Order: sequence, then C-alpha cells, then structure tokens
Amino acid sequence: MPMLQKTEPKAAPPPVEKIKVKVNGCEVEVPKLTPDWQGKLVPTTMIQACAAAKVDVPHYCYHPKLPVAGNCRMCLVEYGTQALGPDRKPVFNPDGTPKIAKAPRPAIACATPIAPGMEIYTDTPAVKQMRQGVLEFLLINHPLDCPICDQAGECKLQEYSVDYGQSASRFVEPKVHKPKRVDLGPRIVLDDERCILCTRCIRFTREIANDDALGIVNRGSYNTLTAYPGKTFDNNYTLNTVDICPVGALTSKDFRFQMRVWFLKETKSICASCATGCNIIISSREEKIYRYEPRENPGVNSCWMCDYGRLNYKWIAREDRLAQLRSPKDQVGVRQTGPDGRERPPANSQAKWGAVLKEISGILERAESGSVAIIASARQTNEELYLLHKVAQRVGAITDSAPRLGEGDSLLLNADRNPNSAGARLIGIAGEPMGSNLARIAARIRDGRIKTVVVFGEDVTRHGIGADLLGRLDLLIVSDILPNETTRLAHYLLPGCAYPEKRGTFTNAKGQVQKFMKAVEPPGEARPEWELLHELLFDVAGQDGARSIEGLFNQMTAEVPAFKGMTWAALGDLGARANT
Amino acid sequence: MPQEYRLILKHADQPGYTPGLDCYLRHGGYETLKQALTRAPKTLPDGKTLSGPEQLRDEVKLSGLRGRGGAGFSCGLKWSFVDRKSGKPIYLICNADESEPGTFKDRQIIYKDPHQLLEGMIIACYANDVHLAYIYIRGEFVEGAKILNRALNEARAKNLLGKHILGSGYGLEIHVHRGAGAYICGEETGLIESLEGKRAYPRIKPPYFPAVLGLYQCPTIVNNVETLCAIKHIAAMGGAEYAKLGTPNNTGTRIVSISGHVKRPGYYEVEVGKVTLGELIHDTAFGGGLRDGHSLKAVIPGGSSAKVFKAGEKFKLRRKGPEGREVEQEIDMLDLPYDFDTLIRAGSMSGSGAIIVLDDSTDIVEALANISEFYAHESCGQCTPCREGSLWMSKALHRLTHGEGREQDAEYLAKIADNIPGGRTICAFGEACAWPVQSFVAKFKDEFVAKGKADEERRAKENRAAKPVREIELTLNAKC
Repeated sequence: MPMLQKTEPKAAPPPVEKIKVKVNGCEVEVPKLTPDWQGKLVPTTMIQACAAAKVDVPHYCYHPKLPVAGNCRMCLVEYGTQALGPDRKPVFNPDGTPKIAKAPRPAIACATPIAPGMEIYTDTPAVKQMRQGVLEFLLINHPLDCPICDQAGECKLQEYSVDYGQSASRFVEPKVHKPKRVDLGPRIVLDDERCILCTRCIRFTREIANDDALGIVNRGSYNTLTAYPGKTFDNNYTLNTVDICPVGALTSKDFRFQMRVWFLKETKSICASCATGCNIIISSREEKIYRYEPRENPGVNSCWMCDYGRLNYKWIAREDRLAQLRSPKDQVGVRQTGPDGRERPPANSQAKWGAVLKEISGILERAESGSVAIIASARQTNEELYLLHKVAQRVGAITDSAPRLGEGDSLLLNADRNPNSAGARLIGIAGEPMGSNLARIAARIRDGRIKTVVVFGEDVTRHGIGADLLGRLDLLIVSDILPNETTRLAHYLLPGCAYPEKRGTFTNAKGQVQKFMKAVEPPGEARPEWELLHELLFDVAGQDGARSIEGLFNQMTAEVPAFKGMTWAALGDLGARANT
Repeated sequence: MPQEYRLILKHADQPGYTPGLDCYLRHGGYETLKQALTRAPKTLPDGKTLSGPEQLRDEVKLSGLRGRGGAGFSCGLKWSFVDRKSGKPIYLICNADESEPGTFKDRQIIYKDPHQLLEGMIIACYANDVHLAYIYIRGEFVEGAKILNRALNEARAKNLLGKHILGSGYGLEIHVHRGAGAYICGEETGLIESLEGKRAYPRIKPPYFPAVLGLYQCPTIVNNVETLCAIKHIAAMGGAEYAKLGTPNNTGTRIVSISGHVKRPGYYEVEVGKVTLGELIHDTAFGGGLRDGHSLKAVIPGGSSAKVFKAGEKFKLRRKGPEGREVEQEIDMLDLPYDFDTLIRAGSMSGSGAIIVLDDSTDIVEALANISEFYAHESCGQCTPCREGSLWMSKALHRLTHGEGREQDAEYLAKIADNIPGGRTICAFGEACAWPVQSFVAKFKDEFVAKGKADEERRAKENRAAKPVREIELTLNAKC
C-alpha cells in the first residue's frame, strides 16, 4: 500500500502555507494543501475546511481515503468568493472589508477547492432544501427495511433522515426493483435495492485492493452494482467494502443477522494475525466477540484491514479453551459454568494460582543454571516477553520463540504471522534469527542437560521438540490458550488469555508499539499472562514491580533501550515508534 | 425576406456532389488547409512574433464563434483555456455524438461533406498543436462512421493526414471512435470517459476541466462537428469577415433543424440572429408554416431539453432601439430573433439549433411524457438528483398518460423537477431532464390539472359503479 509508506514521519516538515476562509461566518485558517487519498498534496477542499471549523457536512460518497467521486450530491453547499469589479480587481465594502459575491450555483464540498477569503455557507435554507431533496431522491426507491437491515443503527440514510428527512413520502409510483441477496463472493452479500450507488466499494476495490472486480451495470435509476460477470469478489480485502458502505447494501456473511449494532461494546485493539498490527475495534456483547473492524491509523493500516485478520477471532470463543489451572497434584474439580455457558473460575481460584506459582518459582529457583529452557511466543505482549526475559535471566535459561510464516501481500498482510516478532527481538527473548535456538534446546534435552522447559503459547512439538523429548523432561510448564500436544504433556498447565481478554502492547513489523484494551473476560481460571508472570518473577527474584499494566509498561520502557522514553499514556490510540 | 445562407452546407446538397475526396478537391477543398499550414509568422508592432497557429487562434477569437453543440460557449475562449505548458500532449476530439432529440444537422455534414469536417479538424488541430485527434461518432451513425473512415483513408493517401501533412512538417492522425448508443456520451467529459473505454460517467468539474485534465488526463479540446466546419471557413475568410455574418456576439451561420408539425421539416443554414423563430417556422424558405387547419400550440426552440415556448407567449426584453439606446420591448415568442443570447434572455435556449413545432393536435401531457421517458432512459445514473428524479418524473407522467393521473400531479411534477437543476448535478443533464418538465407544467398547467382531475373523476365513477364489497360480518367468540 504505497499511501502508507508516504505517511511515515519525516524529519523536518516544510512550512505549511495557510489560507483563511469563513465557514458560516466563523473564520478558520486551514492549510492551502492537504494530502489526498494517495498522500499527494492537493488543494484543500471545502469539506476539509468545514471539518477544521467543526462544521459537519453530510455526505455519502466522499471518503478521505478514496478518490473523490462527487456523485451523491449530499455535500452541496453555497459559497461566496471575493467580488471582482469590471477591471478584474477585488471590490471592497465601505468599511474596507472585501466584498463577497455569492456564487450563483452551489458546489460539492468534497471536490471544490477553497480560495483565500472564500465564505462557505452550510446552514442556509437553500442548502437545507438541497439536502432534503437529495435524501428524498435516495429514499424513493429504497426498500425502507430498517427493521431487518444489519446496517440499522450505523446507517447514514437513517442518520441524515433524522436531520433532513420527511415524515411522509410523496412518492406514489412503483419502486424500482433490483436483485436481493446477491452472493458477491465468499464473504459478502449484496442487496442492490439498498444500494445508493455511491461507488465507495468500487473505488476501494479498484484503487486500494487493485482488483477491478466491482462495477455498475444498466443505466439511470436502474443502475445496479455487481461483480464483473464470471468473477467472484473474493480478494483478501472485500470486507472493507462492508465498512465503507454507508448503507446496508453490502453485508458481511459473518456478521449478518448476528447482532444489532447498538448492543455492541466497542473496544480499541490491534489485530494479532500478522506483524502489520492493523488497528481495530472489537465489537462484543456479553463477553462474546461479534466482529472486528479496522480503526484508522495513517501510519499503519490507513482505514483498512484484511479479511483473513478480520475473521480470525472465532478461536477465542472455542469450546475447548484451556480454562483450568493444572498442577501435578491436581484433582480434576467440578467445572462451573456461568449463565453465558462459559466456564467460571472456582471460588478458590486465586489461592490455587498463588500456590501453583509458588511451587513453580520454587522449582525454578532451585534449578541449576543451564538446565532450564524458556520458549516464548511472538504472539505474547511486550510486557509478557519482558517479564519472561527477566525470569530467564534470573534462572540462566536459554530462550527463543517460534517463527510463524505465511504468504504476505503488498497491501497489509505481512508474511510474518506473529503480531509481536519485533517485540520479541527488541526485548531479546528470541533467538537470532528467531527459532534458531529451538534445535539447540532440543539437542540439550536429548543429552539431558536441559531438564525443565517453560513454554508460553506455542506447541513446541511442531517446532522440532517432539513429544518424545518432552517426555524426557523432569518438568514441563506450559501456558496456553488452546489445547495441543504440548499442553497435553504439561505438568503444570497455566491457562492464559487471548489478547482481547487482557491489555498489553505489540510491536509491529515497522517497530510501532501499539496498545490494545480488554474486550471480553477470559474463561474459567484463565489469567492474563503478565499478571501471573509478574507474580512468578516476584517469587523467583523477590523483586516487586508494577501491579498494573500501565506501571509494568513504564517499568519496561525504563529498562529496554528500544522502548526508552515511552509511557503507556503517551502511546495514545496510534502507538509510538520504537528506537530500532 | 429572410433566406438561407449556406456556408457550411454550400455544396452538400448540390446535384452530383459526393462525399469523396475528388469531389471535395474539385470544389476547392483543402486549399484553406494549405494556406493555414504555410502561414508565415507575423511580427506585431510591439516586436512580438505570432506563429501561424497563434494567428489562427486569434482569428477564431476574433470571429466570435460560439460552440454549435448546445451550450453556445465561445470557441476562442475554450481554446484559450487549454493548458499549453503542461508538457503533455494536447488532444482534440470532434463531438459527433449528435443525440439531442430534434437535432439532425451534424449528420448532414458527416454524410454529405465529410472532408469539410476533416479539413476543419486538421486546421483546428494545427492551430492548437494537436497531433492526435478523435472523432467520437454516435453509435447509430453506422454509415456515417464508414464514410468518415473512407474519407480518412483518402486523406491519408493524399498526405492530408500523417507525419508530414503536405510536406509541412506538421503531423496529425485522426481516429474514428463509435459510441455505443448513449445520449450522455455527448456530454464532453462523459465522452472522454467513454473514449477512454470506461462507463460514460461525466466527470466532476473542478477538477476535471477538459482543457487541463481531459482525455488520459491531458489537455483536451472537445468541439462539435459544425463548430469545426466553421473553423475551416474562419481560416479561409478571416475572423473579422466571419464576424460580419450573423449579429454581434452571435456571429456566423448555423444549421437549424426544424421538425414537428410544419410543412417543410428539415435543416436550414441561416445567419445567427438574422431570422426570427416565427420566420423559421412559417416562412416558405424554411418550415413553410403549420399543417393546414392547425394552429400553433408550442415550440421547443433548442432541442428537447430546452424550455418550451407557448404560442402567444410574450417576453419583455431589453433591445437596442432605433436610436441605439436600450429599451424594453414586449416581443411575441415568434418574433424572437433565433440566436444564442435572446433565447437565453427569454428563459430558454437555442441549444443545438433544433426547433420542434407542436400544433393544436398535440396532447401536451403526452408530449412531455415522451420527452421524460427519453431522459429517464438516458440518465447515466451517476449522481442522485438526476438518476432518481428523471425516472420519478417519467413514471409520474406515464401514470398521468395511462388513466392514473391525479389533480395534484402538476404540482407534484414541478416539485420533483425543482430538486434537480441549478448546479445540483454533475453535468447539464440535470437541467436537460428538468427544464422540459418545469416549463411544460408551468406553461400548460391547466392541461395537466384537467387530465389528472378527469382521471380522478373517472376512477371515482368506476368505483361507485363497481359492485359494493359485501360487508364481512365479524363474529366474536363470546368465550374469548
């Protein structure tokens, strides 16, 4: 995605030329040039000037990250420019102020550049009337099926109807009927009757996803959005069209009919499906995740995310999630489930965790230097890796983490499928290159030098340390989320949290340190790994650290050079660049 | 008595005149091109030198030529907007997508005198440093495209096109591109999109002014067939001489297409503004009057998108009086001089020069329904008001002409139409589909109301006559 590279911070930005315009009588100063959807500097438009003046201009087709189409006509505004006399020189009022001549025709705010002294009027009766007119036109052939429409609650037609709609329709003609439930591709269903033909999806697919799959057929009011004949709409970015569709025309097969959007809780998070670290919003209700949506971060993912990452959340709610703390002395207790069907922690869970962690710390403390290996996961957070690294240093353990590679693309999907490889490297827990210590660990287990292995979040049997080797160990301590061969063989099994169940930070492939918030509760006895690692480290080293993620992060940045100077609070929503 | 003034169509209808190159050459063809290509640079009194092409552009500016496609925009001004410093090639496109209902002038030129168009185009291209030009021809003109291609081959064979036209060192190639049958391709930016191989969605202006960001995002000139022919005559006779034809600000000749209820429908080339609308309809040299026993009801003066004039309509216009002072005069519709400015002042336009005459046999509601159906069918559907409004109006009119009218429909139609034009749409199609509705309904409101009322009364009567619906007895179950 070339636009993303262009938005990287530069050393010394050149001075920005500004011009003054008035929006509804209020003067604002705005840059003369503004980056367009490709990051190229182009003349600032009226809609951007209005945004600077905090004046909302309703629109459907305009999207700041797409080429301008100017077809919905909802953003029509009136404007005036400095009047010119017959000699082509500016005319002034008696009081010396420039005389403004109102333009005879309105202009679309999304495409019309501003000029010095320009006055934009968005609240005149004529503008209101034009918006009412456009909205009426958009609604005459609309099926008005909000009660069964997934977009209801986040629909621009609904929103602007409140402001510019009419309570009764004067349309008495038969409506235009178009295809319903069109199966556009494996992840998208289209309702052409709801479509307002704003072409956002077409422009996104053509210009951003580089796939000329969508287009319009027929003419006039019969215009119909469709996939190119014989072509399915199945690139890895199709679901972004659902996000940018201002109405309920394009719906996600995954989210369709699952939940009314006004019930959803939104949590800021990061996609963990690859090293790009797309910023996302997790929508959940009653501890269940319903969807991921991209969150804008110009330096990382713009407004987009890939379908692969977006749909990679089902495992979080899997039935077989590890939810029980297990130690060698353990007796399998009675599982308790809450009203949502998920496992609830037993009453004595906290005490049990304390006892188990004490046992583990005791073993680790007594362990001979060189007899312990710690295998971390680049899916863990920076804070967890930092704590694990400290434990490793304390007990003199060899460490590494497992690489996870797939096929990348030129847009957002990184070939590195770990969300925090950079963090693992910067903190120093990963081998150089990542995974190169795994064979060494296997060899040392084989020759009996390593007797204790701590594994976090990886099935090491798939990384060269097979079940036979694990069977030779005196002690296998495993923390994970889902069951696998390694967890099956574990002596101690510490159920961990999926990242939407805890807070923390990841460092993406470009070194952007980004934080994510907790969206849902973990199942059963599962605990955030940073919490239990913190307790473990306290037990092993006698060092007390921060008891909150904020404090832990700030402690980490004080110690890890790459994160120097960062604070949890200063990360903000967009993150900060590590010193690499 | 006003007469035709045949400048562009001078030879077209002469017996024995054929579209071939030999015939054109026999009639002095391509002489103007030779002169244009060999024009010597001229030194001005202030020491500046004007090249041949610059002189030609000045002549066009001097001629006052206004575009013959419909908008009547100054050709010299249009050429002056062209970005000549961009370093990109400049393209010229001949707009031969003549589709406005009632217009049939460009096809006369293409079918009967194609070399005149080519000569005009080559001169216009030379004047604007264009080396690649296109003729975008309406898809329905199948034969026209063949004739043009034949003419282009003849011209290439005679070195009138190619790398060194007539040994001058100036090179130009012209290609014919056939449209696929869409009215919107006559809109210049829609045409450019179509020529680029895309859906003919007109572009937003700003930023896509053809003179700066036209075909393939390069500076582009789009001129009508008749306009380009006029360029040939301006180059031949000089801009000042051409400006003597017609009337001030409405110079030259233009071909008027007269259709509808007249005795002599057809095309007539006249000096702009020298003939009145009434003369064009009634004079024996032109329309020859209405059919016997019929009287005039309405005139659409500039193609079907122009606002209609009602018979007997009077306009108060400021005109130059006998002493040269401007005085306000009341003028009957038929006495309006047929030019660009007067018709705009009278609230309509001369558009593409197509006069559609409607006599008293016309059902005005039917006529408007017909026009509206055309525009609903031809709307490209890109922007909201035109896409939805055009079909809405057409559906309402269809209802009104099929016995389902309502008394309130006149007002209903006017309100829909009012939400479309006036800069609300991307291109002028919004105006084109709304103006007929606005003007028909405003000027013949009684007919629309009467028709709707009659429908309502008829339906009420039918309802009364129909058997009364048997009342359904509702029996309530006492137990519930």
